[in-house]
Amino acid sequence: MDSENKITSWRNYQKKIADDHYFFVRSCIRQTFFPGSERAFLTIMRDVLGRDVLDDPRHTSCTGIAYHSDVIPLQTIMTVVARHFALMTEAGYSNFLVSCVTSFGIYNEILHMWEHHPEILAETREHLWKATRREFQVPANVVHTSDTIYKFRNEIFAKAKYSLTSRNGESPLRIAEHVGCHYAKIFPDKGEGGAEFPKVLSGMIESWGGEVLDYPERRHCCGFGFRHYVVRENRGYSVANTRKKLESLAPLKPDLILANCPGCTMFMDKWQYTLGEMEGVTFGADGRGIPVLTYEELAGLVLGMDPWELGLQMHQVDVEPVLKKMGIVYAPEKKYLNAGGQYIGKPMVPDYCCL
Amino acid sequence: MSYLEMLNEDVRFRDGLKACISCGVCTAICPAAEFFDYDPRKVMIIVQKHREEEIESLLRGETIWNCGQCMSCKTRCPRENTPGMVIQALRKVSQESGLFVHSVKGRQQLKVKRSVGDNILEYGYCVHPDTLLPDQHPEQGTVWEWIYENRKEVYERLGANIYREGAGAVRKIDDESMEELRAIFRETGGERMFQLIEYYSEE
Repeated sequence: MDSENKITSWRNYQKKIADDHYFFVRSCIRQTFFPGSERAFLTIMRDVLGRDVLDDPRHTSCTGIAYHSDVIPLQTIMTVVARHFALMTEAGYSNFLVSCVTSFGIYNEILHMWEHHPEILAETREHLWKATRREFQVPANVVHTSDTIYKFRNEIFAKAKYSLTSRNGESPLRIAEHVGCHYAKIFPDKGEGGAEFPKVLSGMIESWGGEVLDYPERRHCCGFGFRHYVVRENRGYSVANTRKKLESLAPLKPDLILANCPGCTMFMDKWQYTLGEMEGVTFGADGRGIPVLTYEELAGLVLGMDPWELGLQMHQVDVEPVLKKMGIVYAPEKKYLNAGGQYIGKPMVPDYCCL
Repeated sequence: MSYLEMLNEDVRFRDGLKACISCGVCTAICPAAEFFDYDPRKVMIIVQKHREEEIESLLRGETIWNCGQCMSCKTRCPRENTPGMVIQALRKVSQESGLFVHSVKGRQQLKVKRSVGDNILEYGYCVHPDTLLPDQHPEQGTVWEWIYENRKEVYERLGANIYREGAGAVRKIDDESMEELRAIFRETGGERMFQLIEYYSEE
């Protein structure tokens, strides 16, 4: 392939990410396990980058977890999605900004179906009108929240207080990344770098001074499996998949794992505790676990935000080794306070992992 | 209506199975095939044969409930098929026909409906902090137990709007929006699907 064709080929892996004016939709999993990340996202977009993001409280779950667990019919999820597009249209926006990777896959899948089957789009419009008397335009641009942090990664670093390096700046933090399956495996052209060369997280890591680790099971699923996690007796599937990933990346001695999907981030954090309790298996240099961060948590730390206002106390695997390694100035005694500054007690320390 | 006709009514079945060459790449990439006795290639072969008794066997059996819906198969199929979407259509027909109650994993759909399904109509979310009881989620660990027991204070510190209306994480969805959501379920068959799962599970 000549150099011109190479450049054209690489363009196929780059997506359009709108520059401003977004209609934001939250994530069931993310707002439950990482509410500080959604707050940090809005702070970074609005206050640090000066972008306009509308957070309309009337939107609901997209129903994606229940849909992929197969209790929600296709026309039901399509009409719920259509209602979200109606709220966006009514507010005068056309760029749809999605906090959840499952939802991101859902929105792209439904738009794809509507494009190729206009009769289904017409049916959805009719359902929405009958149920809510609302009408909608399809978005001009659908982006995931990690897309926008990736797009503005250099602007963020220009305002950074810390970098992804050790305190003395001599060595980069070693970071294993995990991109959620539904970010680009369903529609590779909708993800930055596609399914083959996902850049969305590695681009952030490299721009902020860290080192990206390439591990054998880098693209393996975290194992959520929807109904496999929802039903308690099936959870062995989820933990087995995450174990496979952890065993693959642990020999590279990462300082942390970075993920862009709320479920993946939560599972890779919580299953480290579970594996310790089940089998005494622990990961990380001293058996204390490998911290798993969201991209806003990482961006927030780089920007000098308070780790406890980012919500890092909600992680099962203690993140303080990362803070210390980066030389971040923080107050350990403020970890377990409420909004009024009062101590509310702290979690029990497990026998094996990880606090 | 035959099972094949029911499947063909679902756009996910038509789009998910165009021209399978039985190469087995879907099985090679499938995480569920690694941990279960599951082979998506065989599922694709069965539905292509168009034999009602074999399709019924799929709808009654454990096989179709093994897929984890990661959709890795879509990325890798050289013919742009999606076994994961074919599975979605099979599960839909299994539930609509009541055949799901003949398998152990199929019967679990009642638990799915009564958790993430019912949560949508009660909270507007598949998941809400109130629904993740630590004794039902021991795998969530000691930090989740601490969060759950102190959830109002933990979420408030992080700017969430727990139990209150207005913008923010885990906010209470306003009554008008919840009524619109329920109206969508009534209009589009979501409510009927929930009723069918309860009805057949009771039988």
